[in-house]
Amino acid sequence: MSWRARLQAAVGPLSLDVDLHGLGTVTALVGPNASGKTTILRTIAGARHPERGEILVDGAVLYRSQDGVDLAMEDRRIGYVPQGYGLFPHLTVLDNVAFGLPRAEGAGRGGRRRSRALAMLEEMGCEELSHRFPKDLSGGEKQRVALARALVIEPRILLLDEPLAALDATSRRLMRRFLADKLRERNQTTLMVTHDPRDVEALDATAWILEAGRVVQSGSLEDLRKNPRTDFVAEFAGVGFAPGS
Amino acid sequence: MRTKAGVRAFDVLSIALAAVLVSCLALPVAVLFFSSTPTEVLQGFRDPLFAPALWLSVRTTLVSLSIIVLTGTPLAWWLARSPRGASWGIKLLVDLPIVIPPAVVGVALLQTFGRQGFLGPVLAGLGISVPFSTAAVVIAQIVVAAPFYVQAGVNAFRSIDGDLLITARTLGASRAGAFFRVALPIALPGLVTGASLAWARALGEFGATLLFAGNFPGVTQTMPLAIFSALEADIGSALVFSLILTAAGAFLLFGLRMAPRGVGWLGGFGVRRFEGEPPHLS
Repeated sequence: MSWRARLQAAVGPLSLDVDLHGLGTVTALVGPNASGKTTILRTIAGARHPERGEILVDGAVLYRSQDGVDLAMEDRRIGYVPQGYGLFPHLTVLDNVAFGLPRAEGAGRGGRRRSRALAMLEEMGCEELSHRFPKDLSGGEKQRVALARALVIEPRILLLDEPLAALDATSRRLMRRFLADKLRERNQTTLMVTHDPRDVEALDATAWILEAGRVVQSGSLEDLRKNPRTDFVAEFAGVGFAPGS
Repeated sequence: MRTKAGVRAFDVLSIALAAVLVSCLALPVAVLFFSSTPTEVLQGFRDPLFAPALWLSVRTTLVSLSIIVLTGTPLAWWLARSPRGASWGIKLLVDLPIVIPPAVVGVALLQTFGRQGFLGPVLAGLGISVPFSTAAVVIAQIVVAAPFYVQAGVNAFRSIDGDLLITARTLGASRAGAFFRVALPIALPGLVTGASLAWARALGEFGATLLFAGNFPGVTQTMPLAIFSALEADIGSALVFSLILTAAGAFLLFGLRMAPRGVGWLGGFGVRRFEGEPPHLS
C-alpha cells in the first residue's frame, strides 16, 4: 500500500506546499499549532480543495489538478477520525459503526450490516458498548468506537487527527499499545497527526515534520534525534536544540 | 471596601426590582384567569365568533408553519454554513420583521400585494386578489413568524461540529445524506423550539393581519381579531377568547421547555437507554 499527497493551497494566513508520501504502514504528521497538519488530513479526506497537486492512494487517483480529477468525499473510501472522535451523538454505538456500511446489506437483527458492525466492535474489544450512546462512553471507549467505525469500511487509508490527545495518561498508554497492535494486525495504511514522540516510537512510524505549511524534515524518530534540522524537531525528538541554532 | 450591609442592600434592591417586573408580567395573566366564571367560559365557547375564529387560526397557522419549516430549514442551513460575511445581508433581512412594528409589515404587504401595489397588476392579470383573503392571513403570519424559526434553526445548525459532517461524508454519505442523517437529527431540538416560537407568534399575530387581511368572520378573522371584535360587543366573550389563547400559549411554552428532552427521546439523543439486546439499526 502506498500513498502520496502533493498539495499546494492557501488556507487563511497559511500557505501550504507539501509533498508527502507513505514510507511504511503508519506515517506521523508532526508540527507546531497552525502548521497545516489538520488541513492536510481534511484535504486528503476531500473536505478541502487544494489549488494544485495530486492525492494518490494505493494506485487510485483521488485528486489531480492537472486532469481535473477530484473525487467526492463519499467516493474516496477514507477512514477519518477527527479530534474529539466525531461520533454522532444521536446514534447508538452500533448505529455509529454501521453508518458507513451499505444500507442494502440490511439493518435487521439478522442483517449483514449489523453483523459486520458487531464483528468490528468485537475486534476492537467493545461489543458490550453497542447499545450505548456516545455521551455515556469514556474517552478511550469513544476512541475505540471511532476507530471501529473508520475501519469497518475497509478504508484505503486511515486518517487520525491527534487520536490520543484527549485521553488521560493511563488511557493514552493503553490506547497507544492497542492502536499499534490493531494497525499492525490489519496492515492498515495510516496517516496520523500527533504531538507526542512516544506515538511515533510505539507505532514505528515515519514522521513528517511540518512548520508553517512546509516539510522541514522526515524520517524515523531515531533519524530525527541524530540530526534535527530545526529547534522544533530537536525539541520534539527530545534532544534540546538543533546544531548551530 | 465591600461591607456586609452593602452586599445585603444590593441583594434586597435586586430582588425588589426583579419582583416588580415579575408582577408586571404575571398580574395581567392572573387577573385574566380569575375574571371569568366557568359558566361565562362555557357561554364564550357558544359565541358565534368563537368557533370560526379558532378554526381559522388553527388552519392558517398550520399552513404558515408548514411553509416556514419547509422554506426556513434550508435557509437556516445555508445561513449557518456560509461565512458570516457572505450571509450577513440575508440574515439582516430575515431578522427585520422582528424589529418592524406589525402594522408597518401590514402596510408593506398591502403595498406589495395590493391592487395598486408592486405585484398587484401582475396578480390581477392572473385573476388573483390576495389582500383581505385567507391567503393574506397566511402571508402575514409567515412574514412575522418566520424569523423566529430561521433564527433558532441557524443557531441549532451552527452548533454542529463540522467534523461530524466531514466524518459522515467520508463514511459514504452524500451532502444530502449528511444533512438528513446527521445535521437534521442533531439540530432537531433547536428546530422544534424555533417552530414552537414561530407558531406562537403566528397564533398571536394581529396588526399586520388587520391591515393586510381585514377582519371578516370566517375568512380573515383569527382569534386575536375575534377578541378585538368581541371587545366592542361583549367583554365577557373577549375575556374567554383571551383565556383560550393564553392557554394555547402556555401549552406551547410547556412544549418548548420539554421539546429538547422529548425530541431527544424520540431521536435517541442519549436520553433513551436500552436494556438487554442491542437495538436494530436505524
